[in-house]
Amino acid sequence: MSARIKVGILQFPGTNCEYDTQHAFNDLGCETVILWHKEDSIPQGTELVVVAGGFSYGDYLRSGAIAKMSPIMKALKKYAHDGGKVLGICNGFQVLTETGLLPGALKRNEGLHFISRHHHLKVIANDNTFLRHCTQGEVVNIPIAHHDGNYFIDENGLKELHANNQILLQYTNANGEIENPNGSVESIAGICNEAKNVFGLMPHPERAMESLLGSCDGRRMLEGFLNR
Amino acid sequence: MKAIINVFLKNGVLDSQGKAVQHALSGHGFETVRDVRVGKQIIIEMDESDEAVAKEKVAHMCEELLANMVIEEYEIEIQA
Repeated sequence: MSARIKVGILQFPGTNCEYDTQHAFNDLGCETVILWHKEDSIPQGTELVVVAGGFSYGDYLRSGAIAKMSPIMKALKKYAHDGGKVLGICNGFQVLTETGLLPGALKRNEGLHFISRHHHLKVIANDNTFLRHCTQGEVVNIPIAHHDGNYFIDENGLKELHANNQILLQYTNANGEIENPNGSVESIAGICNEAKNVFGLMPHPERAMESLLGSCDGRRMLEGFLNR
Repeated sequence: MKAIINVFLKNGVLDSQGKAVQHALSGHGFETVRDVRVGKQIIIEMDESDEAVAKEKVAHMCEELLANMVIEEYEIEIQA
């Protein structure tokens, strides 16, 4: 299999990280295509679909809520149910929880402020495509930029996440000790579904691709999706 | 027919906005305020004549889109 995989990047009205995401995957040698939300199918041969960050539909009603009604989402659900790999970043994570492709929900940050800064994250589970190049317990440094990043899941749901190794990342300080910026349950920054083909996180790995710009830790994360 | 829908966070889901408002009110001398919840109200005008049918349709809208059933609950009031 060639290393050059085909990546589809979803674009809703209000999405604003699609071109950063495209740049990141192009830089990794992928073939990328932006998919407008009115499309009703995922192009054949697509090996990863990224739901990019931003403010789809102006975050009206709830972050990610209106986006789930778009035609492309029906196609995405089928793609994911058939085992296709999906990555939701920031607003994309919110869209995936709203759609039900990932469990839980993202509430307004506990401190009510929009938070935009680099944050340390600890890798919790690496037995998955996304984080397979990271080490368990490793601390990475990735930018966060969100208003509604306060991950909520009920007790039973949390137990399931633990039982299936679905918690990917936790917000911590540089030493890997819990530091919770937004009130998320167990300081959770990213999760995956039980089948481990759908991933969601609030931090932006596509903004951590060059050490010159502060961190290249996102690179190893996104490289998990490549055939190498 | 008009439907008035109130959406609130479920009991047990921390309402940070409610807490902030409560704190602000207490700080301004409204000492008897015991609890504040912040939700949203959605008003829908619809071409329906049967109240039960209208209510059922609005409930469906809530489950599909207007409320996130993981964290929120809703109340519907139908006005003729």
